Amino acid sequence: MDLTLKIWRQAGPEAKGEMKTYPISGVEDDMSFLEMLDFLNEELIEKGVEPVVFDHDCREGICGMCSLFINGEAHGPGRKVTTCQLHMREFSSGDTIYIEPFRAKAFPVIKDLMVDRTSFDRIQRAGGYVSVNTSGNTIDANAIPVPKHDADRAFDAATCIGCGACVATCKNSSAMLFVSAKVSQFSLLPQGQPEARDRVLSMVNQMDLEGFGNCTNTGACEVECPKGISLENIARMNRDYLFASLSSNK
Amino acid sequence: MALDSKIPVGPLADKWTTHKGEIPLVSPANKRLMDVIVVGTGLAGSSAAASLAEMGYNVKAFCFQDSPRRAHSIAAQGGINAAKNYQNDGDSVHRLFYDTIKGGDYRSREANVHRLAEVSRNIIDQCVAQGVPFARDYGGMLDNRSFGGVQVSRTFYAKGQTGQQLLLGAYSALNRQIAKGRVKMYARHEMQELVKVDGKARGIIAKNLVTGEFERHSAHAVLLCTGGYGNVFFLSTNAMGSNVTAAWKAHRKGAHVANPCFTQIHPTCIPVSGENQSKLTLMSESLRNDGRIWVPAKKEDAVAIRAGKLHPTDLKEEDRDYYLERRYPAFGNLVPRDVASRAAKERCDEGYGVNKTGEAVYLDFAAAIMRFGREESHVKGLTNPSDAEIKALGEKVVEGKYGNLFQMYEKITASNPYKEPMMIYPAVHYTMGGLWVDYNLMTSIPGCFALGEANFSDHGANRLGASALMQGLADGYFVAPYTVGEFLSEDIRTGTIPTDSKEFDEAEMICRDRTDKFMNVNGTKSVDFFHKRLGKIMWNEVGMARNKEGLEQAIKDIQALREEFYNNVRVLGSAKGMNPELDKAGRVADFLELGELMAKDALERNESCGGHFREEYRSEEGEALRDDENFTFVSAWEYTGVPAEAKLHKENLVFDNVELKTRSYK
Repeated sequence: MDLTLKIWRQAGPEAKGEMKTYPISGVEDDMSFLEMLDFLNEELIEKGVEPVVFDHDCREGICGMCSLFINGEAHGPGRKVTTCQLHMREFSSGDTIYIEPFRAKAFPVIKDLMVDRTSFDRIQRAGGYVSVNTSGNTIDANAIPVPKHDADRAFDAATCIGCGACVATCKNSSAMLFVSAKVSQFSLLPQGQPEARDRVLSMVNQMDLEGFGNCTNTGACEVECPKGISLENIARMNRDYLFASLSSNK
Repeated sequence: MALDSKIPVGPLADKWTTHKGEIPLVSPANKRLMDVIVVGTGLAGSSAAASLAEMGYNVKAFCFQDSPRRAHSIAAQGGINAAKNYQNDGDSVHRLFYDTIKGGDYRSREANVHRLAEVSRNIIDQCVAQGVPFARDYGGMLDNRSFGGVQVSRTFYAKGQTGQQLLLGAYSALNRQIAKGRVKMYARHEMQELVKVDGKARGIIAKNLVTGEFERHSAHAVLLCTGGYGNVFFLSTNAMGSNVTAAWKAHRKGAHVANPCFTQIHPTCIPVSGENQSKLTLMSESLRNDGRIWVPAKKEDAVAIRAGKLHPTDLKEEDRDYYLERRYPAFGNLVPRDVASRAAKERCDEGYGVNKTGEAVYLDFAAAIMRFGREESHVKGLTNPSDAEIKALGEKVVEGKYGNLFQMYEKITASNPYKEPMMIYPAVHYTMGGLWVDYNLMTSIPGCFALGEANFSDHGANRLGASALMQGLADGYFVAPYTVGEFLSEDIRTGTIPTDSKEFDEAEMICRDRTDKFMNVNGTKSVDFFHKRLGKIMWNEVGMARNKEGLEQAIKDIQALREEFYNNVRVLGSAKGMNPELDKAGRVADFLELGELMAKDALERNESCGGHFREEYRSEEGEALRDDENFTFVSAWEYTGVPAEAKLHKENLVFDNVELKTRSYK
């Protein structure tokens, strides 16, 4: 198929970026979206044009490294897929495709379509763990039974891949879906209880320091989340946060 | 240098406990004065960095991704083995040890494997304490599933995302130490050179991938937790960035590479669809529990299917060849990975392959759907259900078991596996070979350690399912943090290693020269162009089946390709700032050397064992023929300037506790 690509090019964090147009032909249905970009890059290299920079790694939808805002949607059209799982058969010959980076104040552009998401790491460092040493001499794994329902819900929250689609999608650039998924995983398990109150306060505090916006319950994040993380997590975190702010010593 | 594996004396089951008790301790006050570098943040790296920091060392951790949580351990699907015997099915440390040795086709070290089986139990306790949400049964206890090649249920799992959950657990432990300032994290950094001072590993040169600058980092020990080298084949199930560069730089500085030809080809991957494909996707091995594998029995039918003139569902039962069930009646579709992969290749090579490239076989659930459907209709008490009703009920059951995999398959191929058989083909998945290490996981460079898939030690010639996660975490949490003490305890008076020495100058110069070299070729072909060609050579000649002639040709072809690469590669942009093409060039340059060494190793090993199949060495029925008399050793290769002249050292493997047997699945 023949396509017209409009791609955000930006030489560096301080440089001014712009949309550039690249016509491309010979794209096949079976290509993934990133393979289509590989294909474009091969052509650009041939022509002596610097290839387009974008983040990617596992290419099977689990590492969370790929991003891209495609035709105004995080990870493009289609639900519950990352950009690397999007295939070109979703498009038709003659289409114009707009490709931009994930945009948010807390995700500055590094180059072209690549952004810096280390703010997510800093939020998790603020408390996204259980304070247990790695001695291996903890109690037997089956010593604390966990109801299957709770374990399953904790797992559902824990499947967040930290890609940042929720932030890119949100009109306020809020990271509430991400942070609440990380908080929920621990608050749903007995192992997470001793530190639960401090955890939610610290992580939310760090989220605010990073410059993410507030949540106005639009719900767009849930729609665009490639892993289907539920808005329930935000409700749970708000509850935990309220409880913690009224009862914590911090 | 002679190879000393430093296996402790004494009975097998006591070796680790005794050894651990005898490793000299470094006092807390001295640990604070010692630096350790950890390269890579997958399961092995994250767990090692967290543990070492917790013990008191100053740790610097490096990864090339934008966050330590993205390392490719995250993509592991199936599960993690541990000898917990929660299912009360007779599992034990000894049984896990034995299964691993046998599964590895008797080419791994007894002492290391036994230690792995011992600490496997601690891993599960540790991960649960960290809040890893493993699957549980309705009583709230941990659930287990069984995996290929074993007769017990010892695999712990978190749906099809076990690797993700375990890595997030290790990442959380790492985060806790980063928050305390005990670990300094360097993301988007790649190790480009190992620095040796007085013969010991004392630091690295890392490239900041964002700024393009080279940074000097010194330490008293360097741990390489950098994963496997499957991407030498270009197409593999590895992540795009997975590479051998850190390990290869250590090799060039004196770390031996062991058994590089031992690569695992996974039988159930989605076939290659075209020339522009960048990676392959694994479909969990669990599908073989219910799917039947077949190709057309008549060649003309295969030709018609490839041309799109015949539909697989139109083929009558007698016109299908269920070749695994035919060749291996005892194990059928559940033979180990290496056997299943080779059988698929054999059929496709004979012209029975089914997709347009001729390299695919069917994995068919039609029979399973009907079987489940009949069971369900019986349970529901339906009298005389129609075939359509049975089918609908059966599809529901299959969806419950494999729904997410079927969905993934449909997303990638746009074909509905409930209605027509899946197409699968083997793909490169894991590398058992790696840096040679002794019992302490130290390479042949003092102070340089290798953990996880980056070392060679535990899986012999073939890895069992759900054992990679186990090994990565065992090495990182429970082995290396203790064994580094033996080396570091001699360094308590050394003090901080300066980075302004001539050794660091030289190492940085090597990096700068190499960068200049790539930038100045100004050739006509992209890096991927060369990588793809290398992949083709490797896949055709150093892949699932190898022979002397092919391997000799591969060595010549790779040498020629390497020369062409340095004369004709085109890297655009600048060495300053972010330049992924330049980074890729460095990785491919190292693959171009490794590939040759793999072929050389395969040529040297005149036997067939595990993932290494030499066509000259097979039984009359075509099965792999091991040669225990002449090849019960580890091949450890020493770098001497070019791969062609690498020097072979042999570490003889001694089996005191198991009897060497021929694997049979007939």
